[in-house]
Amino acid sequence: MTNLKRIVRSGYRSFMRSGFTSIASILIMTITLFVITSLIFVQAALNASLTDIKNKVDVTVYFVPGAAETSILNVQSALQKLPEVQSVTYTSQDEALSDFKDKHADDYLTLQALDELDSNPLGASLNIKAKDPSQYESINNFFDSGNGLSSDQQNIIDKVDYHQNKQVIDKLTAIITGARRLGFALALVLIIISIIITFSTIRLIIYMSREEINVMRLVGAGKRYIRGPFIVSGVLVGICASLLTTILFIPVSIWLGNQMTDFFGINMFDYFKANFFQLFVIMLGTGIILGGISSALAIHRYLKK
Amino acid sequence: MIYFNNVTKKYNNDEIPSLDNVTLSIAPGEFVSIVGHSGAGKTTLTKLILAEEVPSEGTVFYESTDIHKLSNKELTNFRRKIGTVFQDFRLLPNKTAYENIAFAMEATGKEDLDITQDVPHVLELVDLSHRADHFPHQLSGGEKQRLAIARAIITQPDLIIADEPTGNLDPINTNEVINILKKINDLGTTILLTTHNRAVIDQIKKRVITLENGRVIRDDKDGKYVL
Repeated sequence: MTNLKRIVRSGYRSFMRSGFTSIASILIMTITLFVITSLIFVQAALNASLTDIKNKVDVTVYFVPGAAETSILNVQSALQKLPEVQSVTYTSQDEALSDFKDKHADDYLTLQALDELDSNPLGASLNIKAKDPSQYESINNFFDSGNGLSSDQQNIIDKVDYHQNKQVIDKLTAIITGARRLGFALALVLIIISIIITFSTIRLIIYMSREEINVMRLVGAGKRYIRGPFIVSGVLVGICASLLTTILFIPVSIWLGNQMTDFFGINMFDYFKANFFQLFVIMLGTGIILGGISSALAIHRYLKK
Repeated sequence: MIYFNNVTKKYNNDEIPSLDNVTLSIAPGEFVSIVGHSGAGKTTLTKLILAEEVPSEGTVFYESTDIHKLSNKELTNFRRKIGTVFQDFRLLPNKTAYENIAFAMEATGKEDLDITQDVPHVLELVDLSHRADHFPHQLSGGEKQRLAIARAIITQPDLIIADEPTGNLDPINTNEVINILKKINDLGTTILLTTHNRAVIDQIKKRVITLENGRVIRDDKDGKYVL
């Protein structure tokens, strides 16, 4: 217990007295934490845009005009049972007509032509959203395997617009998957690079203290007693760097929120506020672990016999 | 207390050994000076006692233990029995004079109460009370060496090894340092001093071992500096 107190005190003192060295390692560590947190933000933005894009992709099944509503509702409930399907929205013939009229409110000729007809020429439709864009293919197969028939075995499906949309959907699926993979790989590389830089900096600082370590050993200090204060200093560097990064991210996220919300699809400042605690814990944890482990590893070689 | 048995030390397979078949013993309470030119093997001899180096041949015993067969942990405990003073002081730059001395006590697990009692006392002994809160870079060479001695004696070691402690000091400071060492010796601590300062040897008037090219060429009680 006394030892722990002495180790913490000694680590704190050497951290405070090392002045420039401490500041340098805090700045390097801040860069690392900044990169990691930025990547969390980028992932959030990417996910937001992807969700946005995904929501725009859908498949609509058009039914022949006059198809019985019960048959259509049967198809709807069958679709809803598919694991790939997120939602199925039913648009009746009447709704289709009023939508059409709303859309062409300024187009007098079309409306007049429509009025000339005795019956509603538009069919009912089902709008299907999949959980993932790559799953439209299998939803489409559902219709190809004859599930679109009414109870009296007549084909009530006019068309499925999947084939028209197929290319766009395929392309989007590819882009989304690619962006995910690239984002992850890039994040991993950047994180590894910044961790290596932090580690090297701390190693260099401890290298400068190797004479001091030698003296401590000659005075009869045990390994743990020598190592302890260095780890405490490293942890303090991590704590300071995480506080600094958090403070830096306040203006950065406000700026991003004001200027880049349309681009990212989410307001970064809102995201920062909503996830503040979680982000802070990630930064603090990364800082402490990185600082502590780097110091412990760096000092290891000077404590060998 | 310390026994060298046919010790030879070669660095990196050099042809010429730094120590060549050295056999000597040091009894408790002795004040032994080791003299010789630069490169005669004085520092190698002290490094072997501290187990900073391992002999190429032969053994070094501290009482009945072979120093170079100690485990890491035993070595730490062993070093606590020896105080060291070096030409380049080897103080901890980020600690004040007080903390440098306190560190040696803390490292050996002494109680806080002992530390707060003993450190001021030792600082007074080496006449550094007024410098307690100064960092090593704020002290003069003589003050640094007195601080190093204070650190060496605070744990009440059985043996103090002083490797050229006066090498960087002017005659007045040299005199002071030697007087402090003599005082410590009078209180019963064994002292092993290496030097090439004639005035120092002639002032001490105790046993002198002379090294040349790694060999012991003289070992005189009440020795004089002869080279």
